[in-house]
Amino acid sequence: MPPITFTVNGKSRSVSDSADTPLLWVLRDTLGLTGTKFGCGIAQCGACTVHLDGVATRSCVTPIAAVAGKRVTTIEGLSPNRSHAVQKAWIAEDVPQCGYCQSGQIMAAAALLAKNANPSDAEIDAAMTNICRCGTYQRIRAAIHRAAQRA
Amino acid sequence: MSARTPLTRREFLETSGAASAGLLIGFHLPSGSRFRTAAAAPLAPNAWLRIGADESVLVIVDRSEMGQGVTTALPMLLAEELDADWSKIKIEFAPADKAYANPLLFGMQATGGSRSVRAAYTPLRKAGAAAREMLVAAAAETWGVDKSACHADKGAVIHAPSKRVLTYGKLVAKAATVPLPHDVPLKDPKDWKILGTRVRRLDTPPKVDGSAQFGIDVKAPGMLVAVIARSPVFGGKVKSFDAAKAKAVPGVRHVVQISSGVAVVADGYWPAKKGRDALDVSWDEGPNAQVSSASIAQLFAQRAEQAGAVARHDGDPSGTLASSASKIDAAYDLPFLAHATMEPMNCTAHVRSDGVDIWAPTQFQTGAQGLGAKIGGVTPDKVLVHTTYLGGGFGRRFELDFIQEALETSKAAAAPVKVIWSREDDIRNAQYRPVNHHRLQAGLDPNGRPVVWTHRIVAPSIMARVFPDTIKNGLDEEAVEGGVGMPYTIPNVHVDYLLTDTGIPVGFWRSVNNSYNAFAVESFIDELAHAAKQDPYEYRRDLLGKAPRHLGALNLAASKAGWGTPPPAGRARGIAVYKAFESYVAEVAEVSLASDGAVKVHRVVCAVDCGPVVNPSIVEAQMESAIVFGLTAALYGEIAIEGGRVKQSNFHDYPMVRLAEMPQIEVHIVPSTDAQGGVGEPGTPPIAPAVCNAIFAATGKRVRKLPIGKVV
Repeated sequence: MPPITFTVNGKSRSVSDSADTPLLWVLRDTLGLTGTKFGCGIAQCGACTVHLDGVATRSCVTPIAAVAGKRVTTIEGLSPNRSHAVQKAWIAEDVPQCGYCQSGQIMAAAALLAKNANPSDAEIDAAMTNICRCGTYQRIRAAIHRAAQRA
Repeated sequence: MSARTPLTRREFLETSGAASAGLLIGFHLPSGSRFRTAAAAPLAPNAWLRIGADESVLVIVDRSEMGQGVTTALPMLLAEELDADWSKIKIEFAPADKAYANPLLFGMQATGGSRSVRAAYTPLRKAGAAAREMLVAAAAETWGVDKSACHADKGAVIHAPSKRVLTYGKLVAKAATVPLPHDVPLKDPKDWKILGTRVRRLDTPPKVDGSAQFGIDVKAPGMLVAVIARSPVFGGKVKSFDAAKAKAVPGVRHVVQISSGVAVVADGYWPAKKGRDALDVSWDEGPNAQVSSASIAQLFAQRAEQAGAVARHDGDPSGTLASSASKIDAAYDLPFLAHATMEPMNCTAHVRSDGVDIWAPTQFQTGAQGLGAKIGGVTPDKVLVHTTYLGGGFGRRFELDFIQEALETSKAAAAPVKVIWSREDDIRNAQYRPVNHHRLQAGLDPNGRPVVWTHRIVAPSIMARVFPDTIKNGLDEEAVEGGVGMPYTIPNVHVDYLLTDTGIPVGFWRSVNNSYNAFAVESFIDELAHAAKQDPYEYRRDLLGKAPRHLGALNLAASKAGWGTPPPAGRARGIAVYKAFESYVAEVAEVSLASDGAVKVHRVVCAVDCGPVVNPSIVEAQMESAIVFGLTAALYGEIAIEGGRVKQSNFHDYPMVRLAEMPQIEVHIVPSTDAQGGVGEPGTPPIAPAVCNAIFAATGKRVRKLPIGKVV
């Protein structure tokens, strides 16, 4: 099958995975970018959230064929040295516990703040639908408000 | 789990590779070659500490990090007595080695039972103090001064009279020649600089940039990925299978039968999963194919009519009950629950003739090593266990099933293999929190005070599966904890237990059996308060005269919650208090109900007495976490069985509390120098009864069956 070409974290990549392969598994297994996590495979939990042309997208249900020509940003490409306002706020609030869902949470929060610089609690509720089994939600909310103030 | 009977695990320990139970061998040094970065450290005075000439201080963390904070709390213990510069602390996970046995978990290298800090509290501080003394002695010798004129601070030894300073890195070579001192006195807690403070977690930075390595992220050279077809019915076996369609999927390399089913081995997860989905397997469904939630309920109702194994008997319960003027009874039912760790089960194994490597997000290194030795046909010292970060544990990763699958598949495929479970595999193939049924009866005196309390518990037993020799005369002491430990002063008490297997495997789930006994006890005492026409907080308080730490937590939670003042309009409050893992937690929930009966929890005020606190920020985080975990279970959690199969499959039908449903949680720590308790689990048990007691206060409707669902 012909290779599929797209941009990941600013670099052009071509892969020859089958067209139905979810972007998640292309990132993890083919490109070795394991910061994006597998949680449910049915777009329920958000652990696999990446930015697709700047929009928070659940990569576990996004076939690679649909990504051709597009721009993907993963947690590894969000910033160099954890310098994105959301990452800094996450560190300041000591948000993560097990940490497994946090890549997806951070990507969802970064996408929210990119389009809404100072979201209300209700807007955070609506945008942040990712599951955290450790229950870090209170600190996630605090970190988003903190990042909004610093951005 | 508790360690009340540590010497009855002989058979288990033999198969799991632990030579002896119980003793922590504090200063045994494991072979340096197993460490990635520690091998060359010049100062290695014990199993947990490596100090380099470059001033690096490496702490070897011998408990699994599953979110509870051990990669910060354990280094804090060591760093305090070492007088280390906290900014120089690095961490590494320990290999499987007897030096890392947990004295509070049967001498196994394992993480669970909210016991990591408690087990390490003295040994790690002693290890740090001994190392500090070696460094001080080395500096004194270098300067030709008396040791007593020197002191350590922030990674350096200081000779105050001459204002000379030598950093630890410059002292390690000489310190390594100093004899290891014993019984160095520990600091008075008033002199602590690190312990008791809000030190930021060391594992946060790698968890915000995607670099933290979880089990699922492991990559070994030449590694293949396997997805496994397992029997849809618990206990079923492969009758036959046809690999042709699976092998037709591009990227599929092998299809092999293993003890849990059929493994499809491929170049990556996606082809492996497609291959697994295409595989034709015929199953012998075995003896459990007719088991259902309804059949279990029927069985439990029959069992509850029988007398159980007696767990507690005070006074004359039956006589008192017969003569009581006012009698109350209630039955409570709670379902099976799955852990649903965010990181699905996975393990990477490489079985070779000369040894075995296991990379696993595991809570149980001793078990993994023993299993690797058994399946690999090598001695345990040839099995290297590489512990990764755990994407949640909650007891599920104390199990070895996923490790066994990786070992068997690697052996069959003659390659390094990573087994990955789908979320559906995870929900449908767990060892569940036991389903359980309770019958309680009480008699009240004319003042409404309880004079008799009886509690019958019907449930399958985790210990009967894991440590069967702990079951004596039908009694599983773990299964009744919190029921037996009912803290209220009542003269006549009877608690009994009917161990009732259902064919569905049961296992450790955050707070274990406390998760259900708390609901029965703290709901029923609330019912008694109502029957006595008394305030449920005051009623409990009056009965806790012999339980001062319960009372302290209860009083603090009630006062911080504003108990006795009117709640915000439309809301009602409920309260519960419970001891688990030697910590005492009280919670007040503030709840409202929508017109359709949907429950909204707005606020939870939590008070915890866990004894001396290592890091208050982590204690607060663990209370928040445990409350959300218990709230998810209370509101939604149910694993239902039909035809011997689990009906639920993923987060759409096994839902979790999300951010929009998150209550405001306020945690207050009771200042305490009493015996230390754990913090990973004790926040979970009180939340379900606190919420249901609030629902009663709001509606007059008593929730006696979980999950709550809608209250109509």
